Amino acid sequence: MAYRGRHINPQRFERGQIKILLILLPLALFMALPIVFIINHAFKPMEELFAFPPTFFVRNPTLDNFTKLLKFSRSAGIPLTRYLFNSLLVTVLTVGLSLFTTTCAAFAFSKIKFRGRSMMLQINQIAIMFVATAVLIPRYLVISGLGLIDTILAHVLPLAAMPVALFLVKQFVDQVPDSLIEAAHLDGASDFQVYWRIILPVIKPAIATAMVLVFQQVWTNLETSSYFTNDESMKTLTFYMNTLVNSSNGVAGQGVAAAASLIMFIPNLILFIICQNAVMNTMATSGIK
Amino acid sequence: MTTKTTRRSAAGRRERNHLSGYFFAAPYALIFLVFILVPVVLAVVLSFTNFNAIEWPRWVGFLNYITLLTSDEVFMQYVLPNTVLYAVVVGIGGYILSFLLAWMLCNLTKGIRTVLALIIYSPSLTAGVAMTVLWKVIFSGDQTGLLNSWLMRLGVIDEPIVWLVNTQYLLPIVILIGLWSSMGIGFLAMIAGIANSDESLYEAGAIDGVSNRFQEMIYITIPQMKPQMLFAAVMAVVNAFQNGTVSALLTGNPSPGYAAQLIVNHIEDYGFLRYEMGYAATVSVVLLLIVQLFSRGANRLLTEKD
Repeated sequence: MAYRGRHINPQRFERGQIKILLILLPLALFMALPIVFIINHAFKPMEELFAFPPTFFVRNPTLDNFTKLLKFSRSAGIPLTRYLFNSLLVTVLTVGLSLFTTTCAAFAFSKIKFRGRSMMLQINQIAIMFVATAVLIPRYLVISGLGLIDTILAHVLPLAAMPVALFLVKQFVDQVPDSLIEAAHLDGASDFQVYWRIILPVIKPAIATAMVLVFQQVWTNLETSSYFTNDESMKTLTFYMNTLVNSSNGVAGQGVAAAASLIMFIPNLILFIICQNAVMNTMATSGIK
Repeated sequence: MTTKTTRRSAAGRRERNHLSGYFFAAPYALIFLVFILVPVVLAVVLSFTNFNAIEWPRWVGFLNYITLLTSDEVFMQYVLPNTVLYAVVVGIGGYILSFLLAWMLCNLTKGIRTVLALIIYSPSLTAGVAMTVLWKVIFSGDQTGLLNSWLMRLGVIDEPIVWLVNTQYLLPIVILIGLWSSMGIGFLAMIAGIANSDESLYEAGAIDGVSNRFQEMIYITIPQMKPQMLFAAVMAVVNAFQNGTVSALLTGNPSPGYAAQLIVNHIEDYGFLRYEMGYAATVSVVLLLIVQLFSRGANRLLTEKD
């Protein structure tokens, strides 16, 4: 049979795909193992956690570990709900602020001409490679200098500007035809109306992508709680989960820690699954030219 | 409408837009300035000082840099080689792997592709603290550890191996976990890049003598997705150098015998354990420079082939 080309994006199953599946399936299985294990571990009753030899799959799943997690926190002074509330508030504020500032800036950088624009874009492009841990100390100095220690803003502001998110959203805004915007201007629309009525509805996929990225950053962030807050009641769920994981070295604690890990991981996964179409759409325009 | 009025109104709009550009960019720019740019500048300034977080920083010139290069034995003997090894395997290895995986996925039909892509991507969501307990259970040092139990049942080992204390295994474990969780956003960009490549080029290629999938990949797919390749490369470099959490959480900071000490851990060690913040800032600046340098290198390497 002559070679026909066009193997990318096949519509139907072909024999040639079997070879690829033979490589990919075991690999995917291997990569999924740890996550499958933690899910099983979180639902194991005490005797299975202690089982020897250790088991991989859960036999009699229970919610014991999750209820224990709740009781754990009640005895520790600050209730779990407080951490949960902090985490939700921080996440909502950060994602909201970040999406607003990022889309505004992307609109400006893509569709409005102003002096210094290309320089600012270039700085942002370099900042994609920014390693946050490297500037933990100066960041601490800035935050304490502004008097933000122990406030909700200490969690929100450091993560609100995310260079990668701006880059991706800007690339997407680039695709909105200029003629559309010019037509709106001729009809007397202001820049803000253009932003609100034309740009935002068209770039929904990019917004969803930015949301996924920022959410991942915020939801599992440990640094803002460890370094920018001293007040225990201002720390987030991630911080609490982490102390729990670290303090429970015993086998009994393992199940509770696994349950905690699952609670941190699942929202991330669900959000990505919901947004994955939009994310793939955005990534198609992600290239650096 | 005459050309004259159009030009005037266009000029007028540019004048007005000129200011609105700043207005729209300002919120982001302000946060960026205060929480990214100022800290970087501060890190550079601090790197030339001796600062213990209590007294006012004392200017010491290049002393910290000289110390780092000439007398920080831990850095030269452990941290730098560890970081380079980690970066090569997780950065370059992960990059190549993510391209191959993305390419294979794009040779499958959409349904299977979506499910497999999700499975391969999901470990990158566990970055940070979420999964420490998992590794502690798997690599537990006694017979109750999952890996030990499996290996003993298979007869590979007789005695349980103390994975997280034995310096021989620490770095490989940290690297393995790094690789496992490295199929992140760059990987997604590659899938999108391949999936959206121009299909007519594949037909043209087949006519011009492209005779198998491999040739197709080299001559048609890769040239078309350079921009995504570059984006993924930058992501890979950043990912390769900023990861230190797993090492610190699994093995402690400093890790036993500095066996799994990465540059990020070194910064935390000096900054938050020893309170030598000037010196920590120096290491930070070096880290930021290394990342820049590698990204430039990747950029040059990938654009040269045009």
